Amino acid sequence: MSPTSYIAKQVADLKPSGIRRFFDLAAQMEDVISLGVGEPDFVTPWNFIEHSFHSLEQGYTSYTENAGMIELRQEISQFLKQNYHVTYNPEDQVIVTVGASQAIDLALRAIVNPGDEVIVVEPSFVAYTPTVTLAGGTPVTIQTRAEDDFKLQPEQLEEAITPNTKAIILCNPNNPTGTYLNKKELEPLAAVIEKHDLLVLSDEIYAKLTYDDDYTSFAALKSMQERTILISGFSKAFAMTGWRLGYAAGPAEIIAAMVKIHQYTMMCAPTMAQHAALEALKNGRQSVQDMMESYKQRRNFIVSSLNEIGLSCPNPGGAFYTFPSIQATGLTSGEFAEQLLEEEQVAVVPGDVFGENGEGYIRCSYATSLHQLDEAMERMERFVRKKM
Amino acid sequence: MNEVEIELLKIIEKNANLEVEKIAKLMNKEVDEIRELIQRLEKEKAILGYSTLIDWAKVMQFEEVTAMVDVKVTPARGVGFDKVAERIYRFPEVKAVYLMSGAYDLSVSVQGSTMMEIGNFISEKLSALDSVLSTTTHFILKKYKHDGIILQDDDDDDKRIVVSP
Repeated sequence: MSPTSYIAKQVADLKPSGIRRFFDLAAQMEDVISLGVGEPDFVTPWNFIEHSFHSLEQGYTSYTENAGMIELRQEISQFLKQNYHVTYNPEDQVIVTVGASQAIDLALRAIVNPGDEVIVVEPSFVAYTPTVTLAGGTPVTIQTRAEDDFKLQPEQLEEAITPNTKAIILCNPNNPTGTYLNKKELEPLAAVIEKHDLLVLSDEIYAKLTYDDDYTSFAALKSMQERTILISGFSKAFAMTGWRLGYAAGPAEIIAAMVKIHQYTMMCAPTMAQHAALEALKNGRQSVQDMMESYKQRRNFIVSSLNEIGLSCPNPGGAFYTFPSIQATGLTSGEFAEQLLEEEQVAVVPGDVFGENGEGYIRCSYATSLHQLDEAMERMERFVRKKM
Repeated sequence: MNEVEIELLKIIEKNANLEVEKIAKLMNKEVDEIRELIQRLEKEKAILGYSTLIDWAKVMQFEEVTAMVDVKVTPARGVGFDKVAERIYRFPEVKAVYLMSGAYDLSVSVQGSTMMEIGNFISEKLSALDSVLSTTTHFILKKYKHDGIILQDDDDDDKRIVVSP
């Protein structure tokens, strides 16, 4: 028997991430300006790092509680209350995970039975659909429309729901589009969700990176807290991607089920990362604010530049991505990204890797220095002029 | 100061070399509006000048010595420390003067091309002032960080992978 034949069917059937394919292509090139990164260009603020060193010096090198250090869960709970006005008991309604990605995986494995459908709103973060499949569920995608600024419409949601629908994954602000739904836009969705008695996995990892409006957590909407698993973490707003630290907050029964899986598969999140996160929540507010202001300026810069180049780009309300249309060039997303990389050494991510409705778009991250952004825009302008 | 003015000042404090067009794009404002705002802030002396931070240690032909001098002085009647501070900061060798709390009164940063040049300035000009009681000179041996910028930073290359989710 060949080793391939041992691979589990649901894994063998998974499509490799389009991001991975494009990474392989970009990695072969030299002197690439990358707008392809989904992570901050800031190094983790020094006081978070220093606190982690200090914890190691003090001998905190062993396991923590499965659900995470209680001090950290208390701080997370406090943070959610202060920022989003949602109250969680740190004892049994919060779990610390290895990145928000693990929180999503745990949440899905905790709730999905074979045959259950989970709605994924596309364009979407590349991991949602595969993690639903790996949990034994059936992903059902909704294709949001460019003319709605890729905002999910209540009637689209209503249409996608079947008797088998159990949950929906919402990412607000969204990766890859940067689309941000405010309270008024979330409320009609919540009404549909309540009507059909669905659970919501609300991925709010970019919540602290919203620029023009106050952020409303999905869990803060009327009657939604008991049916929401709020997922977040430290990667994006706190510039801590490599620390792999996230969390989930939700109904005690669901969190207990997630802890059950976590204790057998992961034991606990890394202790030193938990200490860094503790410092981030206690003393990181100014750092987060400074980084957010910098992203906002760069967003203004890139959106204005892309529109000048002729790549139509709405102003995204959050995260650090723009999702401009490249349809005027007559190229597909893949062709555009590959040719741009080959001819001008600028890496962007083709929109179709985030779902079929991402075709005709590219994801450009502006989490990169202004100097690099400026150079990237000049190169893109030269490229687009040749193609149009 | 309103939010727009503060944002503008923060941007040009970080990089005074940015073109007005780029600043306008960063702030999502019209170019003329930003140009007028800069002119007004210059007039109001909120913007005092535009300087460049150079790591002179990297310029091989150029040798520069900086000393931090702790100065004890006798304050003058009616004007306190201000008058003596003014007499000190008028010297072109003096790059900065701060009134301090603690063991001495003024902290004076002095620049020259050799230690001897600085020594001569301190002994012949600074110490010779009537109100100066004593000076303690500390030479800077190496600069690690200046005005919030790390000078020995060989660490600013982008360590991220080219494409990530």
